[in-house]
Amino acid sequence: LKESKRAVNSLRDIVDDDDDDDLERVSWSGEPVGRRNKLPSFQSLSDALSDTGVKNYTPELRRPKAEYKDYSSDWSPKDTVRRMQRGKVCSLERFRSLQDKLVLLDEAVAGHDGNVITAVLIFLKRTLRREILFRELEVRQVALCHLIHFLKESGEQKFLLDLLRFLDRTEEVALSQYREHLNIQDVEKRREFLKGCIGLPFSAEDTSHIQDHYTLLERQIIIEANDRHLETAGQSEIFRKYPRKASILNMPLVTTLFYSCFYHYTEAEGTFSSPTNLKKTFKIPDKQYVLTALAARAKLRAWDDVDALFTTKNWLGYTKKKAPIGFHRVVEILQRNNAPVQVLQEYVRLVEDVETRLNLATKYKCHDVVIETYRDLKDRIQLTAYKCKVERGSAEEDKINSILNNM
Amino acid sequence: MGRAQGASHSPPSLCDGRFCFLVRPRIKTMRYIADIVNADKMSGRSRKYKIIFSPQKFYACEMVLEEEGVFGDVTCDEWSFYLLPLDEDIISMELPEFFRDYFLEGDHRWINSVARALQLLNSLYGPFGKAYGIGRCAKMSYELWRDLEEESEADGQGRKPEIGNVFLMDRDTDYVTALCSQVVYEGLVDDTFRIKCGSVDFGPDVTSSDKSIKVLLNAQDKVFSQIRNEHFSSVFGFLSQKSRNLQAQYDRRRGMDIKQMKNFVSQELKGLKQEHRLLSLHIGACESIMKKKTKQDFQEMIKAEHSLLEGFDIRESTSFIEEHIDRQVSPIESLRLMCLLSITENGLIPKDYRSLKTQYLQSYGPEHLLTFHNLKRIGLLTEQSAGETLTAVESKVSKLVTDRAAGKITDAFNSLARKSNFRAISKKLGLIPRVDGEYDLKMPRDMAYVFSGAYVPLSCKIIEQVTLGRGWVGLGLVGPTDNPAWDSQRVILAVFLGGCTFSEIAALRFLGKERGCKFIFLTTAITNSARMMEAMIEAKA
Repeated sequence: LKESKRAVNSLRDIVDDDDDDDLERVSWSGEPVGRRNKLPSFQSLSDALSDTGVKNYTPELRRPKAEYKDYSSDWSPKDTVRRMQRGKVCSLERFRSLQDKLVLLDEAVAGHDGNVITAVLIFLKRTLRREILFRELEVRQVALCHLIHFLKESGEQKFLLDLLRFLDRTEEVALSQYREHLNIQDVEKRREFLKGCIGLPFSAEDTSHIQDHYTLLERQIIIEANDRHLETAGQSEIFRKYPRKASILNMPLVTTLFYSCFYHYTEAEGTFSSPTNLKKTFKIPDKQYVLTALAARAKLRAWDDVDALFTTKNWLGYTKKKAPIGFHRVVEILQRNNAPVQVLQEYVRLVEDVETRLNLATKYKCHDVVIETYRDLKDRIQLTAYKCKVERGSAEEDKINSILNNM
Repeated sequence: MGRAQGASHSPPSLCDGRFCFLVRPRIKTMRYIADIVNADKMSGRSRKYKIIFSPQKFYACEMVLEEEGVFGDVTCDEWSFYLLPLDEDIISMELPEFFRDYFLEGDHRWINSVARALQLLNSLYGPFGKAYGIGRCAKMSYELWRDLEEESEADGQGRKPEIGNVFLMDRDTDYVTALCSQVVYEGLVDDTFRIKCGSVDFGPDVTSSDKSIKVLLNAQDKVFSQIRNEHFSSVFGFLSQKSRNLQAQYDRRRGMDIKQMKNFVSQELKGLKQEHRLLSLHIGACESIMKKKTKQDFQEMIKAEHSLLEGFDIRESTSFIEEHIDRQVSPIESLRLMCLLSITENGLIPKDYRSLKTQYLQSYGPEHLLTFHNLKRIGLLTEQSAGETLTAVESKVSKLVTDRAAGKITDAFNSLARKSNFRAISKKLGLIPRVDGEYDLKMPRDMAYVFSGAYVPLSCKIIEQVTLGRGWVGLGLVGPTDNPAWDSQRVILAVFLGGCTFSEIAALRFLGKERGCKFIFLTTAITNSARMMEAMIEAKA
């Protein structure tokens, strides 16, 4: 109803409109010609003066034809936004002045419909020079978010970076460029690309992360090439026994360390594939290193290596066991890799928290540890109760009995 | 309904003369379609192409079609599918992208869809009574909806409304609840197996056979409907009791004569068989869940979560998270725990932020630098800045207060100083129940049971406060300022903008039973912590 009303009103304007109402007619000599004068325009002084038959033509000074009211483009910015929200096709072309454009944008934002906001932005992007658009968006946060999202989705990387630079969001410029590496499948190309990312305006911490990313990939490429060679040559025992299931390329650092501890454990620090080299290059904390090395050696059932990880010699030459991770974790990893009870037992014994120690020892049938712990706690009752858990006539049973007798 | 066809990118191999694409309005999808059309043009094939946009077409999509030179080759339709009933009290808009699009990218594209969904519900079950909301998106959706109502000539007069009042809530009002591990059965099934559109795929480990089975999980499943809202600890007991009952029923046939047997077979056997099937499925699911949880140190993790919620042993929890990352347990879980720490503590201390971030990148991949940036932008994982002043915190928190002009800043917010807003709100609203003795999970006395008695979901607490007519506890909600007579409004529509978890649904179902009212849930999508974290990860461009 509203629409038809408006249409009728506009029509009336056209029907009644006397073009000439809007005009101020001026003759060629500059003298205004009377308004209501409907005489043909080619009157001039010279005409009045001579009758040589020369026709004079005075171009009229009038508003451009294009400005005539046209019923279909009568909508105000607010109404245009309304119509767009209802899904109607709207030509935005008539919003040509900057002011009109901005009013249209602000109305769109006030209407809360992101679809319309983005549509208006697409139009502004097409009809405004970048810097003008950017300047206006700088103070219109909601519209700005929509444009950025649109640019990301439509893949207009250059435009997006220009916008971010204009806004002085340098860190986002860096991140946006870095993000592109996800699209590069070829490892060499990716490595090159990452190298180029190092100089980008990241924060200080992020710069070192990017540096690490590059270094890691560089190393992985070298290791991968070497190891593939070793594998195909068939000379290396470890690669024969445990053929690789996947390539090390693009894997996280910890995974790479695990791989290195698995396949290259004994290598000297000088080689790129040695665990100690990785530890040094990437400043891997002891905790992480020990955890990973343990997992790898346990998988290989290399119990001596596991032992060496935790043994330190003090200045008097006495060895003792220490771990930057809790010994309950060590036990868990050993158990997961089906370590024999003798090995397991040694580490259960080292668990500091008594309750945890008892739980683990009982769970994994480390009888000696259980017995010793109850003995230390002077817990007769538990000790007696534990007798039924051990085998009749076993060394463990004897042990229990002997302790009970001496309590 | 699920995902639209255009989501997978393998080329269709049909040779038919007509292609029809049922899609969501995404630019990527438009390019995919345009590629197909242009490829056909190149090879001289002529076809008819129809694109059906659901729930609506976006102008940006038309622009892309035009740019790709295929605008004139396709016809476009809209399928205004806004509401998918997942159950008798859950309606989903199946817009999981809402969360990232609005909360991370600040894009308002789906607000119109929400308004239309409300309009539709209003026309079917309304006219709604009063509307209340918390959050910027709630406000915008409400306003757009009102505009739509005014314009339409629908007259809601003379029809008896089936839904009373409406409550709209932004997801970011309460991230904590969404980040917690779920322990009610339905939530646990969602966390473990991922429920999609109201159904779940149970693999061989659950079905105890070599087949997988897809199961519809709703109130129709008689077994499921009885255990879905229960705390997991009660479920096993319940299921075994049911099994015993079932066995007893079966055993009855021993003492039957022919007539009784005939009757038994025709009337009861089918039902019993059905029940048997469902029971064994759910028992299988429970066992699978138990196995997974013991493997993952579930107990220890819950302990750390509860510590974070309650606000003590923070250093220990931080160490737990650090170890979780070191052990490469799960990239999603590690992120979730970091976010929980950040939100409850109002940001990580810079030393922790730097070290946990470094360790995360080392354990799960350097490209997650982008993930961290997203999490920072959205506010899920932030760093405490030096000198966290009251005004800085207030302005962050002002998202919660939609009617700031009315000056309704709560005392909780005023007492912030250097404390976490979550802690202050938690204290003010009593989110951590005081328990003397054991918390009875079988006969729960409040909504905290959905988190084993440790924590009442903030979102649900807010809704509870509103239904009690307790003003807004100074939270500054939009809506009528008089205290509503909620008793007469038996059915309440709870609208979650950005996603709703099964734990929240269970808690509100409980609340409804307590208060003698019923909640209907309208959500942009069902969500959980894993989905939220996945939405933040930068996948391939």
